[in-house]
Amino acid sequence: MSNLHMGDEVVLTAADLATLYDILMQQGFQAVGPTIQDGGLVLDVLGGPADLPQGWTSEAEAGSFRLAPRTDAAFFGYNLGMESWKKFFYPPRLALLQVQSRDDGGLHFQACSQEALPLALIGVRACELAALAVQDRIFLEGPYQDPVYAERRRAHFIIAVNCTEADAACFCASLGTGPGVTAGFDLALTEIINDREHLFLVTVGSSQGAAVMANLPHRPAWEELRQQARDLVRQAARSQSRALSTADLPRLLYDNYSHPQWDDVGARCLNCGNCALVCPTCFCHRLEDAIDLEGREAERWRLWDVCHTLQFSYIHGGCIRVSPKSRYRQWLTHKLAAWIDQFGTLGCVGCGRCLVWCPVAIDLTAEIPAIRGQQVKM
Amino acid sequence: MAPETTLASSGLSVCHHPMLPRPFRVVRHRRELRDTFTLILEPQDGPPEFPFLPGQFNMLYHPGAGEVPISISGDPGRPRHLVHTIRAVGNVTRLLQRYQAGDVLGVRGPFGAPWPVAEAVDRDVLIVVGGLGLAPLRPVIYHVLRHRQDYGNVEIIYGARSPRDLLFRRELEQWRGRFDLRVHVTVDSAGPEWRGGVGVVTNLIGRARFDPPQTTALVCGPGVMMRFSVQELRRLGVQPRDIYVSMERNMQCGIGLCGHCQLGPFFVCKDGPVFSFDRISPWFELREV
Ligand SMILES: Cc1cc2nc3c(=O)[nH]c(=O)nc-3n(C[C@H](O)[C@H](O)[C@H](O)COP(=O)(O)OP(=O)(O)OC[C@H]3O[C@@H](n4cnc5c(N)ncnc54)[C@H](O)[C@@H]3O)c2cc1C
Ligand code: SF4
Ligand code: SF4
Ligand code: FES
Repeated sequence: MSNLHMGDEVVLTAADLATLYDILMQQGFQAVGPTIQDGGLVLDVLGGPADLPQGWTSEAEAGSFRLAPRTDAAFFGYNLGMESWKKFFYPPRLALLQVQSRDDGGLHFQACSQEALPLALIGVRACELAALAVQDRIFLEGPYQDPVYAERRRAHFIIAVNCTEADAACFCASLGTGPGVTAGFDLALTEIINDREHLFLVTVGSSQGAAVMANLPHRPAWEELRQQARDLVRQAARSQSRALSTADLPRLLYDNYSHPQWDDVGARCLNCGNCALVCPTCFCHRLEDAIDLEGREAERWRLWDVCHTLQFSYIHGGCIRVSPKSRYRQWLTHKLAAWIDQFGTLGCVGCGRCLVWCPVAIDLTAEIPAIRGQQVKM
Repeated sequence: MAPETTLASSGLSVCHHPMLPRPFRVVRHRRELRDTFTLILEPQDGPPEFPFLPGQFNMLYHPGAGEVPISISGDPGRPRHLVHTIRAVGNVTRLLQRYQAGDVLGVRGPFGAPWPVAEAVDRDVLIVVGGLGLAPLRPVIYHVLRHRQDYGNVEIIYGARSPRDLLFRRELEQWRGRFDLRVHVTVDSAGPEWRGGVGVVTNLIGRARFDPPQTTALVCGPGVMMRFSVQELRRLGVQPRDIYVSMERNMQCGIGLCGHCQLGPFFVCKDGPVFSFDRISPWFELREV
């Protein structure tokens, strides 16, 4: 039974999730995943599978989010919270370097040490794997790499989860980024709850994943269960009412800088920047200095930034993007047009977070058809 | 993958951290104008060479305050001294103005796409600059003069606000004295003692000697000046792909990662700051992009 390979499918019982967790702990990983804190769904350190939001579901719509109890005991019966996994690889606040004054009047610059345990990410959805792949292109594949991201991305264990239900905000199916996972994981789970059984169909995605599974009591998968898993994921795709058509991007946006829809959305947008902060692919940041009281030591920090502020485009003599609409336009045009030129991929994976956490429910799946001149469906 | 190799033990390779500045010592501070100065720098430790291409910039760091993008204004053929010419306008540049010989600051670079000195070989070279725009183009002038036989006519058109605002005046006089180079200078306004021209640079473009289809034009200065210069160059028949402009955006990283310097599909820090006009033209005239 221990000769597992990539692509193999086996079955675990729900109770075996705890054993899987223990094995990862023994191997030196720190487990992180979805958990409920202060009534919200966050990603944090998990003390065990009991910390997962078992028996809860999420109801995410444009401008609203809530957790609600389920009728079953599913471990992964919700979709996405506000936070994405990018915070573990690309932290919101990071001390980058320290500066020390030398006695001879010189300076010494030193990169801050970035100590962290390798992570086991538990419960990563398809759109989030797609988002990590997008951030890889940004932080690893350009002329300059982010060494902190590279280091954190080098050693980890990913337990992905196929979505068997979709939230109202999801539109991954239209972008081909979900709801089923295809690559970039060590193990992928499909949670199946029948009258009698609570099971996980497990797909092995790497040799690291195979080695871990070999230590777990598992059964080979049977065809009926496989079929059931495929049907659930297909159903999750079919149930999505939102969609983003990308055929005419990026030209549509480059050719429409002066489209009246920008005035319309610009009048609604509060420029709060939530959409960029919750987006799993947004990568903009700024640098700030902190100094100690004697002024002998300085630290340079990297902080997430959003293109919705005036300061973002500040240059001496005046900001570039003064009007609120120009800042929203920058965000959306970057995500759906410039990103393709810059990184060969869309900056959107269809997770829906930007519309869920927008205080005024601005929805890019409605804005794009409006620019295209189509009627907004729904 | 062996998870036992924790990140703590792996240790980040310091020399590969693109955000880590190198300490440079001021060799000389030279006052240029009321608000403009030149710092001549050499590394605090390590080899003195700082090779760069004309048009590239560095991020200059005053610890505790921040980093600013500043073009290199020195001679690429003499990379032992790193030269920056800076106008004190705000927080960091005013602090840099106080640096004297012996003081140490941080330098990251060189970054950015250079002026097309290779593409311009065997062609006429027209340099159109306004104000401080002369600083990032001075390395081009040094390069072209060092390889003078590689280029056709070389014409420099330089405009400043007033005679008091003319940068690198001594060098301008020297260049003006050469037979293989023509320098046209104009100011917006001047007193009766000024013997040069008065008016905007665009008026002088038509007076320069160049063969438009065989000319590479390099334009750097305030936004309005660049727009009108490009218009005039195109009117005279210089091809859009042979006109180069330098763009400006807020820059936090200089290496294509912070997102601040975006202009349409471009990162000004790594795709620019120098762009050929045919590449940048869809965004050149747009506001708030
Ligand atoms: C590619 C490039 C080359 C440049 N070359 C030169 C040069 O050779 N000489 C020179 O004097 N100036 C140059 N500048 C402009 C120079 O970077 C700004 O004048 C400087 O950043 C102002 O910083 P400050 O802290 O003094 O001003 P403040 O007004 O206090 O600005 C605060 C911060 O905003 C950002 N910022 C402000 N203005 C600019 C700007 N114009 N461009 C980018 N970031 C800005 C900086 O992070 C700055 O620290 C160049 C700009 C760019 C983009
Ligand atoms: S743009 Fe919105 S829907 Fe697309 S990935 Fe970002 S947060 Fe998700
Ligand atoms: S679109 Fe919504 S979330 Fe984004 S900045 Fe505007 S108001 Fe904030
Ligand atoms: S300055 Fe950071 S991306 Fe260009």
